[in-house]
Amino acid sequence: MFKAKVLIKRRKTILDPQGKAVEIGAKHLGLRNIKNTRIDKYIEFNVDTNDKKVAEDEVKDYCNKLLANPIMEDYEFTLEELG
Amino acid sequence: MKQPKFGVVVFPGSNCDHDTYHVLSKILDLDVIFLWHKQASLEDCNVIILPGGFSYGDYLRTGAIARFSPIMSEVIKFADKGGYVLGICNGFQILLEAGLLPGVMIRNELLNFVCKDIYLKIENAATIFTKGVNGKNALKIPIAHGEGNYFADETTLTELEDNNQIVFKYCSIGGSITAASNPNGSVNNIAGIINKRGNVLGMMPHPERSSDPVLGKTDGSLIFKSLVNNIFN
Repeated sequence: MFKAKVLIKRRKTILDPQGKAVEIGAKHLGLRNIKNTRIDKYIEFNVDTNDKKVAEDEVKDYCNKLLANPIMEDYEFTLEELG
Repeated sequence: MKQPKFGVVVFPGSNCDHDTYHVLSKILDLDVIFLWHKQASLEDCNVIILPGGFSYGDYLRTGAIARFSPIMSEVIKFADKGGYVLGICNGFQILLEAGLLPGVMIRNELLNFVCKDIYLKIENAATIFTKGVNGKNALKIPIAHGEGNYFADETTLTELEDNNQIVFKYCSIGGSITAASNPNGSVNNIAGIINKRGNVLGMMPHPERSSDPVLGKTDGSLIFKSLVNNIFN
């Protein structure tokens, strides 16, 4: 069994209206040095196999087909073996 | 005249399915049925409508999960064979996620949910959905969405322009495409696009909400009528 941790990031070239709005909050808080706020997605799940290659392939498939939209997002992930 | 049979797909979270059904059956007197998202048959419908709403709660990305509902593989096959598909609002988002139309939808530029009447300029009056709409500078049709900010990269936009695939743009009441008439930040004021073949249309505005005369506006019905009058010609 593996624990997968996936980070999905919107490409820098695509506007992130949420990040922009949150950064307005930072300005209102008086935080003058905060720049380029981006809001991304972090997803965790288990992969129920002992074969790391199988786990990797399945996570990639999940990311490519559903978790990320390859038109606007990139993803990275880690797999940690659960004892 | 032979009339098409319409199928309105119902996903968990669809909420414009009944409005669409009402307009097609009661206002336009057409043959229409509901199609549950788990069924695998389109029941010989000639036109499939993916209605507005919040399928699967808009979780992950709008339309991302509905795209894998069992009925969608049939809808994709149907579209590939030239069948007519209309995606309205969340239906448009599902068509993008399913890859039947290019581009993506992101959060409205100003982050607010926009629910109001807007004006639409027809950019391509040769499609089956628009060729019956004559003599109007701008169609008055409401929008209601939080994620209608259409985005596509430069290459895709050029391709859309070159192939005349942009069908509707947000405009002023007089029909001018201006920044002020863009309600959500969509690139080039894009409100609706069609695939290259001309059988799959996605649009953010809701024609079913401006089709019943009791609501005081009927421009949306022109799109349904255009389809009905031209589908078998």
